[in-house]
Amino acid sequence: MKRQPTNPLLPPRAPLLPPSARSRTALGLTLAAAAGRFALQVCEDCSATQYPPREACHRCLSARLVWRDTPIGATLLAATRVHISADPYFRAHTPWRIGTVALDCGPSAIAHLHDAVSLGQRVRMALRLDRSGQGVMLALPEHDTPEDKLIREMSCNPDQRRILITDGRTAFGQAMARAFLTAGASQIFVGIADPWKPFPGQSDLPGELVPLDITDTTSVRQLAGSLGGRVDILVNTALHIRPGGITNRPDLITAHAEMEAGFFGPMRLAQAFGPALRARAADGPFGACAWVNILSAHALAADPAFGASSAAHAAGLSLAQSLRAELRPIRVVNALVGPLDDDWHQDIPPPKVAPAALAIAVVRALQDGIEDLAVGDVARDILARWHDNPGQLARELAAS
Amino acid sequence: MSSLADFTTDLLAGKIRVVDLTQTLSAEFPTIVLPPQFGQCAPFRLEEISRYDGRGPAWYWNNFTCGEHTGTHFDAPCHWVSGKDLPNNTTDTVPPEQFIAPACVIDCARESAADADFVLTVPVIEAWEAQHGRIPAGSWVLLRTDWSKKSGAAYANMKDDGAHTPGPNPEAVQFLVEQRDVIGFGTETIGTDAGQAHTFTPPYPAHFFMHGKGRLGLQCLANLDQLPATGAVIISPPLKIQGGSGSPLRVLALVTT
Repeated sequence: MKRQPTNPLLPPRAPLLPPSARSRTALGLTLAAAAGRFALQVCEDCSATQYPPREACHRCLSARLVWRDTPIGATLLAATRVHISADPYFRAHTPWRIGTVALDCGPSAIAHLHDAVSLGQRVRMALRLDRSGQGVMLALPEHDTPEDKLIREMSCNPDQRRILITDGRTAFGQAMARAFLTAGASQIFVGIADPWKPFPGQSDLPGELVPLDITDTTSVRQLAGSLGGRVDILVNTALHIRPGGITNRPDLITAHAEMEAGFFGPMRLAQAFGPALRARAADGPFGACAWVNILSAHALAADPAFGASSAAHAAGLSLAQSLRAELRPIRVVNALVGPLDDDWHQDIPPPKVAPAALAIAVVRALQDGIEDLAVGDVARDILARWHDNPGQLARELAAS
Repeated sequence: MSSLADFTTDLLAGKIRVVDLTQTLSAEFPTIVLPPQFGQCAPFRLEEISRYDGRGPAWYWNNFTCGEHTGTHFDAPCHWVSGKDLPNNTTDTVPPEQFIAPACVIDCARESAADADFVLTVPVIEAWEAQHGRIPAGSWVLLRTDWSKKSGAAYANMKDDGAHTPGPNPEAVQFLVEQRDVIGFGTETIGTDAGQAHTFTPPYPAHFFMHGKGRLGLQCLANLDQLPATGAVIISPPLKIQGGSGSPLRVLALVTT
């Protein structure tokens, strides 16, 4: 697919959403899709796999159904192409392929079909977030997955898209710009605050330097004024993580800076760039598609040694949750990280996350349509403990 | 009273010119950068409260935030540890008479253009006095470098080993305080001290000796090239911040035409 110039005389495509109503139980599909997993309910009493999601086992009526990763193999039993739909979103996207698959794990399911699958074939199942942010079933070719209309719609591939990296002063921001270049982004804007202050990597900065200081409302507004309609993916790389808890700091100066980077800055970006991003979300296969937050995994539960930073990231995570409600069909990706391998974590023992590893993980998440990811062993461990019992995790961290 | 009446008559007649020595307060203007382990001075920020809109239909106004030492600013004696125990050493207690004072302007623009690390020494001051007369007690000494004509990276001039901007050496500051009894020292650069003044003994001598004797500082000044070597009057009242160590301010010079 190649980026084509759009006809400025045509009315814009409204950012429509596919049907998004789900039962609370069915959101298990969405959680799995957001994390790039294929999980279905399994009965703890008789081991039967369930689909669609339900309250009681279809075989033994037990209520003990748990979400588990399940085998992704299936066979395509029936396929059709929808040409007429009463739903505004699908009307704008017909013809659209759907079909019935027999899952190897038992149930049959109706799924969106990739262009390259045909009747009777073995297929590979995936749960993906659709443009309303809900998990849906996709039947993909068994081995490779060439990008078709369906994959493009259900992911945020940076290929041929224009990216704004909000802070390029750090090794991590620069690694992010390089990763997007490698992924085929057509244009990369890299925000630089205080251009009068030299910084490492300045001489071979990847991408196009733009003035941006997310702690300055005027600066954010000015850049949105000149770039707002041209950004397809916004990646907020402005991080301000400093050691120090609550009572062992003498003042609020550092906490202000952490809150500026973790909450007020992202809010300024959202107010200035969010509406234009959302308005261009249906702008064809190269339209605006994603907003990326990089958050400390301690947004989930505080690390008292980084107490104020943890609070700022918790505020950032909360903001991201509201953004998901406000920006759909834009994907709001939260990448949780453990300690970065940077100057502010010198006395933290490994494992730490290398800037390039974080950048590559973010790009891969966009390509794979993932909205929730944890990068590195520490973040994965914290996320797993949080899934297990959030209250217990907070107590554990407070006692360590 | 008659001299004040003469003054206002001359001002209205254009015989006295008002020169603005102030940089515009903006988010872009460089603030001092300390090593990251130290607390940092906040840059200038503006948040709109309303602009003839739903937040206030008939009025426009902003909240602003900044450090006491952001933009063109005043240093009170308590800014430095050497002046911490002096009486009347804060922005609200410095006697207001000190906010209006004559100025001697030492022109080192040519030397500073040739060498960003130009250092003001006693011989340079003595050479200036040989030409313009002895610096009167109670005057400002303003170091003209034309640095205010630079902007952005050239103005801050940050290198791997810190900032490189002109300033006085310890002997020159001691000479001005002890031999000439000046009221304060002013510069066009981000500090009253040289960019490399952390390498001097004592470090930051303009801060150490001036404030140690209760003298004042002005920095990030502009338009010093419009002042005569002697004869200008400086008006520099800081905000009356309770217990404040300094303040952004509007600095004016009165010059006879």
